[in-house]
Amino acid sequence: MDNYRAHVLVCGGSGCVSNHSFDVLAELDKQLEKAGLQDEVRTVKTGCFGLCVAGPIVVVFPEGTFYCKVTPDDVAEIVEEHLLKGRIVRRLLFHESVAEDETVRSISNVSFYKKQMRIALVNCGVIDPDRIDEYIAFDGYKALHKVLTDMTPEDVVQTVKDSKLRGRGGAGFPTGLKWELTQKAAGDKKYVLCNADEGDPGAFMDRSILEGDPHCVLEAMTIAGYTVGADQGYIYVRAEYPLAVKRLNTAIEQAREYGLLGKNIFGTDFSFDIELRMGAGAFVCGEETALIHSIEGGRGEPTPKPPFPSDAGLFWKPTLLNNVETYANIPHIILKGADWFASIGTEGSKGTKVFSIGGDVVNAGLVEVPMGTTIREVIFDIGGGIRDGKKFKAAQTGGPSGGCIPEQYLDLPIDYENLKEIGSMMGSGGLIVMDENTCMVDIARFFVGICVGESCGKCTACRIGTRRMLELLTRICEGKGVEGDIEKLEKLANNIASTAFCGLGQGAPNPVLSTLRYFRDEYEAHVRDKKCPAGRCKALLDYKIDPVTCVGCGLCARECPADAISGEKRKPYVIDQEKCTKCGDCMEVCNFKAVYKG
Amino acid sequence: MSMVNVKIDGVDVSVPEHTTVLKAARKAGIDIPTLCYLEGVSGIGACRMCLVQQNGSPKMLASCVTTVTDGAEYVTNNAEIREARRVNLDLILSTHNATCFTCVRNKNCELQSLAEKLGVDTVEYEGENPEYDIDMSSPSIVRDNNKCILCRRCVAVCNNVQEVGAIGFINRGFKTKVGTEFDRGLAEGVCINCGQCIKACPVGALSERDDTQKIWDALADPDKYVVVQTAPSIRVGLGEEFGMPMGSRVTYKMAEALRRLGFDQVFDTDFSADLTIMEEGTELLKRIEDGGPFPLITSCSPGWIKFCETFYPEFNDNLSSCKSPQQMMGAVIKNYYAEQNKIDPKKIFSVSVMPCTAKKFESDRPEMNSTGLPDVDVAITTRELGRMIKQAGIDFTKLPDGKFDDVLGESTGAAAIFGATGGVMEAALRTVYEIVTGETLTDINFTAVRGTQGVKEATVKVGDLDVHVAIAHGLGNARKLLDSIKSGEKFYHFVEIMACPGGCVNGGGQPIVNAKTLMDTDPREVRAKAIYDEDEAMALRKSHENPSIKKIYEEYYGEPGSHKAHEQLHTHYTKRQKY
Repeated sequence: MDNYRAHVLVCGGSGCVSNHSFDVLAELDKQLEKAGLQDEVRTVKTGCFGLCVAGPIVVVFPEGTFYCKVTPDDVAEIVEEHLLKGRIVRRLLFHESVAEDETVRSISNVSFYKKQMRIALVNCGVIDPDRIDEYIAFDGYKALHKVLTDMTPEDVVQTVKDSKLRGRGGAGFPTGLKWELTQKAAGDKKYVLCNADEGDPGAFMDRSILEGDPHCVLEAMTIAGYTVGADQGYIYVRAEYPLAVKRLNTAIEQAREYGLLGKNIFGTDFSFDIELRMGAGAFVCGEETALIHSIEGGRGEPTPKPPFPSDAGLFWKPTLLNNVETYANIPHIILKGADWFASIGTEGSKGTKVFSIGGDVVNAGLVEVPMGTTIREVIFDIGGGIRDGKKFKAAQTGGPSGGCIPEQYLDLPIDYENLKEIGSMMGSGGLIVMDENTCMVDIARFFVGICVGESCGKCTACRIGTRRMLELLTRICEGKGVEGDIEKLEKLANNIASTAFCGLGQGAPNPVLSTLRYFRDEYEAHVRDKKCPAGRCKALLDYKIDPVTCVGCGLCARECPADAISGEKRKPYVIDQEKCTKCGDCMEVCNFKAVYKG
Repeated sequence: MSMVNVKIDGVDVSVPEHTTVLKAARKAGIDIPTLCYLEGVSGIGACRMCLVQQNGSPKMLASCVTTVTDGAEYVTNNAEIREARRVNLDLILSTHNATCFTCVRNKNCELQSLAEKLGVDTVEYEGENPEYDIDMSSPSIVRDNNKCILCRRCVAVCNNVQEVGAIGFINRGFKTKVGTEFDRGLAEGVCINCGQCIKACPVGALSERDDTQKIWDALADPDKYVVVQTAPSIRVGLGEEFGMPMGSRVTYKMAEALRRLGFDQVFDTDFSADLTIMEEGTELLKRIEDGGPFPLITSCSPGWIKFCETFYPEFNDNLSSCKSPQQMMGAVIKNYYAEQNKIDPKKIFSVSVMPCTAKKFESDRPEMNSTGLPDVDVAITTRELGRMIKQAGIDFTKLPDGKFDDVLGESTGAAAIFGATGGVMEAALRTVYEIVTGETLTDINFTAVRGTQGVKEATVKVGDLDVHVAIAHGLGNARKLLDSIKSGEKFYHFVEIMACPGGCVNGGGQPIVNAKTLMDTDPREVRAKAIYDEDEAMALRKSHENPSIKKIYEEYYGEPGSHKAHEQLHTHYTKRQKY
């Protein structure tokens, strides 16, 4: 057995990979060999560490030294200084790993990770996803073994029910109940599906799990197959995740090789196999019936429920469909027990939830926290607060179907019901933080625009309604809103929410309704005063020159493509609002910060 | 089947389990508004009109896809639901290019009716809409996507009932449009012109190509000798265009109306239907004598013929070489009739009134020109005739009975039943039986071949031979039948296939029945009954007994299947590329 004195983990998640982490890894291997350390120091490509804003991430064990934003040019120094001489390269440390007394914290003591509880993400950033042995070494496939040799399907159903696990895809349906319904459904051909479409913009929880720990999903699906009586599983993964597809294919091949997929798993008479099916660029295919039709080769459009997939799903057979993150929890529930899982979280929402935090927050990335953690804790304690020292304005949860949460709810414990009550939703776990310079009307327009592009087009309410909402919002943002437009928009939004065919349409008005609920004054300013309080909507802004700060250098006037600025040398210049096209060049070139928007 | 008891708007109603709330409400006398629902074709919950609430929950359900739950209470009509419907209808109206005054569906439009019913008299949510070119490539069907409300009924009937698949959906979301593969003109795709899509359309997005101006021009031209023939199905459908009850028999009013429109001769396609039976019966007997090829398949449905040529060309040699009654009549008029009456065939403008949109395609086929000119110059639909009669100011319902002109106006009951599925088969059997056995039929009614079941089969003893026959109507059923023959599972001597479900009485050119009426009335049954009533009321009910038919053979063709008959009354087929 090999005996390494140090392990250097390099993040191989899509975020860091697109930032050349593979080049960092290659350089590491090169430098280690050059230094003759290749038998003492092991490099490991792992999945996502979660602190994506600080990538490429390199962590050195056993100390847990947390290096961030590492480039291939930094590698020589790491090898020379840290690995050879034992001197930490301070300039590359993640800022939270340096304590006030200048001591260096290990990665697990960094506040970003301390407040997290990683269950679904436990192996991400720890194991090499392309090596099944590492998964097995961290208790991988032990749960499957237990299930196949020591539990009946009914036992598994009961365990999942007792855990009170709820679907992590967004709807929060009780997972145990879904497994029970599918198990009880009549039929000798059944299917197990994994929804890896992850359509919410900015969400990458499922992607990270698939890239960083694909085996946990395979294991859970196999457990599910045994439980409901299926012999075939499909992972429907969006085509925009090529790295996840690659890692899954490798994992499936390795599992088959080890007899953990295929015929007679663990020598029992249970056989189960998994194949991938790719999406083709449609958010709506994350809806379960649309996903099923996509696999069947039809247009990805939802169809009426009932019948529910548990009775008649893929090819009209009983089908179990769960989200990636939901599956990721299963092996842990089997091994550690339902009671353990149910002890985490709130009364109605057990366990943890992975969130992808983005937007105007310092530590943008992936986090996993127990249900019941407050929004403030996630954004400020883990997320590091608002970037550039600005003020918090709102947080959007649940993607395009979610709503905006204003300051007054920062101390709300996160759980399914709480978020719904204040007009938002858990969704798949996207959490977008917005600072004071965000225009909430513009945000509503942005999210509605996504729904317009992704609407399948089948039902009246969503196909036409979202488009008309977008037209109204665009007019308002362009300063063409008239009295009555806000009421018109609100009426339409409510109608779409209550009459649309599927979740996409039903949720599409949420950004509108929640911003109207908490930021109605901004809408009114746009319509009545033709002003954008946040200073975003270009059409409603005037570029002005501060006569006090302006030194009269004339640079802006020379740059202005519309010849809208005039003045005399060494006297304050003036912008002619009639001519101004609001391109913003003057503000960019001014060396004295004399140009402002207002 | 167990019964389920529910309350709808406070009314108790009991229905079989698996009934939709929509149907249950109808039984309770409650008419829930619908747009995308079409009986037997499509129930998908897309238009969001048929909304109801259940057990006090504010959640809105589409009643056309919600089955009743025992003991549940439904509300179909409160302020909230009405408002929801109005907003959704408003949204649909905002995308519909309303040109009602000049639209062919003015006053027979489900969108107009719904707007009136819901009290929507202004469109609040006007907005931008794409502009589409109108597809006029097809001789039969005109497509205007600017009027399309994406109810999906046309695609459902083309794909699920007719199983042709000429149209489908292109793009998604707001940009969704109904189109053909590669978004080509309808004529460039696999469309077989049956026109069922037109009848499925609730608005004017689909309509027949209107050829009436050609007829007005011909009627006004002193140099033209304008003659008209009418198919069996017109006489049980035309009345509906004037508000008469479905299935009203208006045979002689129709003849009178045509007379008053100014046609020089009013002929009856039923005559040539009898002629077709003589030719096809003879063909069947010859096949039996030769030992094949079996089955002989009827060829009077041009939609079926194009379908066969496109999707089942391996059956091209099974098709009867007989032209359809429309085309035989056309040939007879420009040859026999022209000669007998010393009229220059070039001056004859031959019009047909058909329940069929594919007849426009058929009359244009290059094979259909026995004189070097088209046998039939213009084929119009029942609907177009209705419009002509209205434009002429003729008060149809008050017309006295007129009559068809002699010679080519005499027909039998066997011809009349061509309009119903199984009719051609029955007419053929009446003649073939008597010719082969030399005996008179004791029971002239072959009821085994009647009715709306998709595929029908029967074995008829004709002398020593057990003749195996099958009938299919609607091309989805045709596929089933042909596949069973191909696989060897089934063997038949003689097969009748009609493109339209129910046969010609339900043809693509027949009066459009609105979706609400279709929920409890089946025009296939009602109009077919009228056809069989016509048959029973006729003095002569077998094609070979028609004196005019006997005359035309004596004087002109000699005998069925003669060389002259083959030249003028028979045709051939071609294999068509799908893509």
